[in-house]
Parts: sequence; structure tokens; C-alpha cells
Amino acid sequence: MMQQASPAVSSDPLLDVDNLVVEYPVGNKIVHAVSGVSLQIARGETLGLVGESGCGKSTLGRAVLQLRRPVSGRVLFDGQDLTAMQGDTLRLMRQRVQLIFQDPIASLNPRRRIGDIIAEPLIISGVKDAAKRQRLVDEALSAVGLDPALVVGRLPHEFSGGQCQRICIARALVLNPEFIVCDEPVSALDVSIRAQILNLLEEMKARYGLTLLFIAHDLAVVKAVSDRVAVMYLGRLCEVGPSEQLFAKPAHPYTALLIEAIPVPDPDVRPAETVPVGEPPSPISPPSGCRFRTRCPRADQRCSDEVPELRAVASGQFVACHHPLI
Amino acid sequence: MTEGTLLSVEDVIVDLPTPRGNLRAVDRVDLTVGAGRTLGVVGESGCGKTMLSRAILQLLPKKAKLSGRVMFDGQDLLQLSPERLRKLRGRSLAVVFQDPMTSLNPVLTIGTQLIETLQEHLELDMRAATKRSVELLAAVGIPAPEQRLMQYPHQLSGGMRQRVAIAIALSCEPKLLIADEPTTALDVTIQAQILDLLAREQRRRHMAMIIITHDLGVVAGRTDEVAVMYAGRVVERAPTPALFKKMRMPYTEALLAALPKIDAAPHTPLPAISGRPPDPTRPLKGCSFAPRCRYAWAQCQVEKPRLEEADSPGHQFACFRPIGISAGAGA
Repeated sequence: MMQQASPAVSSDPLLDVDNLVVEYPVGNKIVHAVSGVSLQIARGETLGLVGESGCGKSTLGRAVLQLRRPVSGRVLFDGQDLTAMQGDTLRLMRQRVQLIFQDPIASLNPRRRIGDIIAEPLIISGVKDAAKRQRLVDEALSAVGLDPALVVGRLPHEFSGGQCQRICIARALVLNPEFIVCDEPVSALDVSIRAQILNLLEEMKARYGLTLLFIAHDLAVVKAVSDRVAVMYLGRLCEVGPSEQLFAKPAHPYTALLIEAIPVPDPDVRPAETVPVGEPPSPISPPSGCRFRTRCPRADQRCSDEVPELRAVASGQFVACHHPLI
Repeated sequence: MTEGTLLSVEDVIVDLPTPRGNLRAVDRVDLTVGAGRTLGVVGESGCGKTMLSRAILQLLPKKAKLSGRVMFDGQDLLQLSPERLRKLRGRSLAVVFQDPMTSLNPVLTIGTQLIETLQEHLELDMRAATKRSVELLAAVGIPAPEQRLMQYPHQLSGGMRQRVAIAIALSCEPKLLIADEPTTALDVTIQAQILDLLAREQRRRHMAMIIITHDLGVVAGRTDEVAVMYAGRVVERAPTPALFKKMRMPYTEALLAALPKIDAAPHTPLPAISGRPPDPTRPLKGCSFAPRCRYAWAQCQVEKPRLEEADSPGHQFACFRPIGISAGAGA
């Protein structure tokens, strides 16, 4: 019953990821990057996805957009299964979904002018009228706070990292998408610039009614923009819940560990001497049962025998743990 | 130099020639670090914090011009011969860089790199150096240290590699350790472990440390003093508690405010700093932060504020319109 009560799991999600599995072959071994992840994102919602490097969060983001084809599972976007789509059908659908990457400079072609870079998605999607294209490019650039007249004729190297990320956002917006995967969009930026870009994303979301999957490793950044947060560890979801609730009362020991590890900019808050919990195991041979058990202070025999399923612990809050904190 | 001062940086300027003209990376910086103390140097990319650490280590790019004085343990580093410098670096002056993959030699085993350092500086024989290496790896929290000696850097995770780099830095019991963004490349749970490790080893060895970082959160609970840099200059410097309690320089305040807070409600707009840092090849006449500062007035555009003593001991700032002090007062 609790599940129905949650606004998070809406009856009409824009994105519905069901038991998604993504694996990479490495030599004769297999990297279990995403192992059976299910999540939903409601229309107009921002879902934050956090986890440490190698936990599969970027792979999940790419698999949602079919940039990496999953081994199994379904991705329903607006009721249609993206995993079953091919060729032109998928290409048409992709106009409605976009991606923003971590490194804004590397994701712009250094030899093309900004105006052409932003017009490219329009050309691909068949906007033949050059005047219309230019109008849309100008609109997108103005929306992200850049002056089209000063920008369109220039090359990416003439811009700073923060400006390049604005350009990437303009490129993502130009097709008027409904859903954007933001993969660590501010990690490469300085603090003073990061705040500008986070505010810009929030503004764009409100203005264009966007739905976002916001992937990041920084919990404070994720909390600043997300309605709900999903915590991922070694290919599986540990916990999903409304942002405030999850940070106030984490149910999974891994979520608690992540929150505790954030350095607080206040000298009166002495950093807690961390329990030496070691490092994440390799996704090539993940631990049996709960994948976090090798670093978990609460782990027992059951945790190595049995994979914990996501279950509700509070309104809208789900945890995959045999011994949750709440 | 006052008693107990281990390092003093006096009026240091670093100029880098570029095709676009001279770039003043470090602009008249004065700093001191006492024996056993920790100084945090905070700033964003391009503020000169890394160039400052390289100036201290005398590891600047060949074309760089350095002036001023760097006194370390009673010696003027700028006057030392390359041979003497090499003896000093690694021995009493050690460094940990941001990226452990590039600071470790990829084609040598961990053991070779550790043992080489120990043999070079402490003149230990092979057996003693090997024994010492195992102890050091264990001290920095590396499991199965004997086996690790035979491994290459690529066989270790990022966190483990940084532990090895720290073990090498600590191997000769340095008096000063410079940690340049030691945890930026690492995940948050590993970051906390590495910072704890550095703090523990520092206490144990009574070693002084400079932590260079862009993250005010990293310095808050872990330093005695903080220097904030902007556009090549130190713009505020204070004992850590004083800095966070009574920051005077608008840039410091803005930097802290721009950080997303873990206890803030979602979708709270962040007080961002508008614009971006000035082009370091086109120095401004006035305060470098003035174009982005919401308190700036006419004087700030035409005159460079000097770093001056504030109302509390050890607190200095370079600002004509400091926070919490009414206009005109104190100037």
C-alpha cells in the first residue's frame, strides 16, 4: 500500500525502467555494470542518481537512451519500449530525449563553429528551413544566457568550461526535448561556475517542463536539484526515496556512509573518523548476495546468501537491505 | 622568521611567458607554515595555488620566472644548488599530487619505487629498505603489503595508488608535506579515508602540511590556518575557525555560499558568483574580484587592495569593502 501512497511512483511515469541489465565483455570476462535496475521517473520530476565511480550510474544513463543496448530488461519512455526500437523509429524518438556530458569541452567538436554545433541536431531531425534553424539556435543560446550574435561564429576553444557547458545545454534544448539525462554535468566545473550551471538547469527545467535524470557522485549537488534520489552501488540500486527524507533518514548503510563522508565546510563540525571500510570490489566478480556486504558493518550470513530486494521502509522510500537503519 | 616557522614564502612572484603575453600566475604572495601545523590553500582553477606549491618545491616549468624568497628550515631554496635541492626534496620536503596514476612510474613496481626513495635518501640497504617499505604500506592502510611490493600501479585502484604515493612521500619522515588536491580524483568515501590517513600520519610524525584544494569543505575541519587565493593573490588568510566565523573578503563569502549545502531543501537556488575570473594575461588595475563582487565601489576598480591585518590576530584580508566592517572604518 505504501507504494501507491508515494507521489514518486506515479501511475503515469514518463520513464519506466524495468529490470535493466547491462554487461560489457572484457577479454573473456564480463563486467556486470548494471544488474537488474528498476526505476521510474514521473513527468516533470528530477531523479538524482548517485554512486561512486564504477557503480554503473553512467552506464545506466546511456542504456536508458539506448546508447548502450541492455542485455535484458525494458525501458518504457512515454509508454513505448525503447529497447524494442531500431533505426528510424529510435532516431525519431531520440528527438525527445537528450544527454549532457561531464566534460563540456570534450563534448564539443573543436573544429566546428558554435552555431553549426547547435544547428546539427535540427538538421538531423529534418528542419530544412535555414532561417527557422537560425531562429531556434538563437533562442536556445539566449535561453542559456549567451548572446547569439557574439557566439555563433566562434569555436569551442574560445570559451571557458562553464560557457561550453552552457553551449552543451543549448544543444540539448534546441530540439525541445522532454527528457534529459545529465551525466555529471557540473563535476568538471569550479565551485563559482558550478552554482551558475545548476541554477541554469533548474531554470531550464521549469521553463521547458523538462524531466531529468541527474547523475552525479556529489550528494550535495544531487540534493540541490533532485525531487527524489536513487543510490547505486556496484550495479544495483541500494535505496530510492524523496531527497529530504533520504538525507535525513537514510535506510541503507551505504547511503549513510556516503552522507557521512561529505566534507562539511564548517570547522566546528569535526570530520568523523571514518571506519576503514575499504574499497568497492570489482564489478567483474561482484560479491554474492548483497554487493555492499564486504564493506558493510551490519553484514551477516544472510547478506552473502540472499540478494536483498528493494522494499518500502517509509512513504516513498525503498531500500534493498536485510538490516536497514530504519 | 619567527621561532617555530618551518616555511616562509616572502613576496613570491611567478611569471609565465605565454604567446598572449606574460601570465602572472602568483602575484606577491607571503605565507608561513609553523612546524607541525597545517595550512589550507583554497582557490579555483587558475588562481595560482598549484604554481605556488611548485614555486615552493622549485618544480616550476623551465620558462617560468620566479622572484621573492622561499625559506625552508633555515635555508633559502632559491639559492640552493640543484643537487642540494634534490637531496631536500623527497627527504624533508615531500609532495603528493592530485593524480596518483601520473605521479607513479607505470613501468616500475610499487616496491621498486618505494625502495629507490629509501635507498636514495636514507641510504638503507636492500633488506632494510624492503622491510621499511612493507611497514610504510601497512601504515597507509594497504592490505597484504608484501604482495603489493611486486605489483605495478595499474594493478591498484585509484585510492590504493594515492595511498602508495602517500607512503612514498612519508618514507623519509619529511618535515613538510605538500598535498596538492590529494583527493580530488577520488570518490567521496575514499576521500574521507585518505584525509584521515594524512591527518593521522601528520600527528604521529609531527609533520607540517599544506593542503591545496578547491574545496572549502576539505579544509574546514582539517587545517589550522587557511589562505584563500584569487587571481594569483592571497586575498584572505586567517586561523581556520576565525575564517569560517568571520570571513571578511567578499570572495571567500561568495565561494562558501555557492556550495550546494547538504542540509538545504532541494531546488533552493544557489547564490552563484556571476561572471568568471579575469584573464591572467590581462591584469586588472583594481581588485581582481571587483567585476564579480556585489559590494564593489569606485575605489575597487582603480586601486589594488593590499593584504592587511584585520581586527583579530592572524586574520588578514585584501579588500576595501570587507564584510562586517562599515565603510570607511578600519581603513
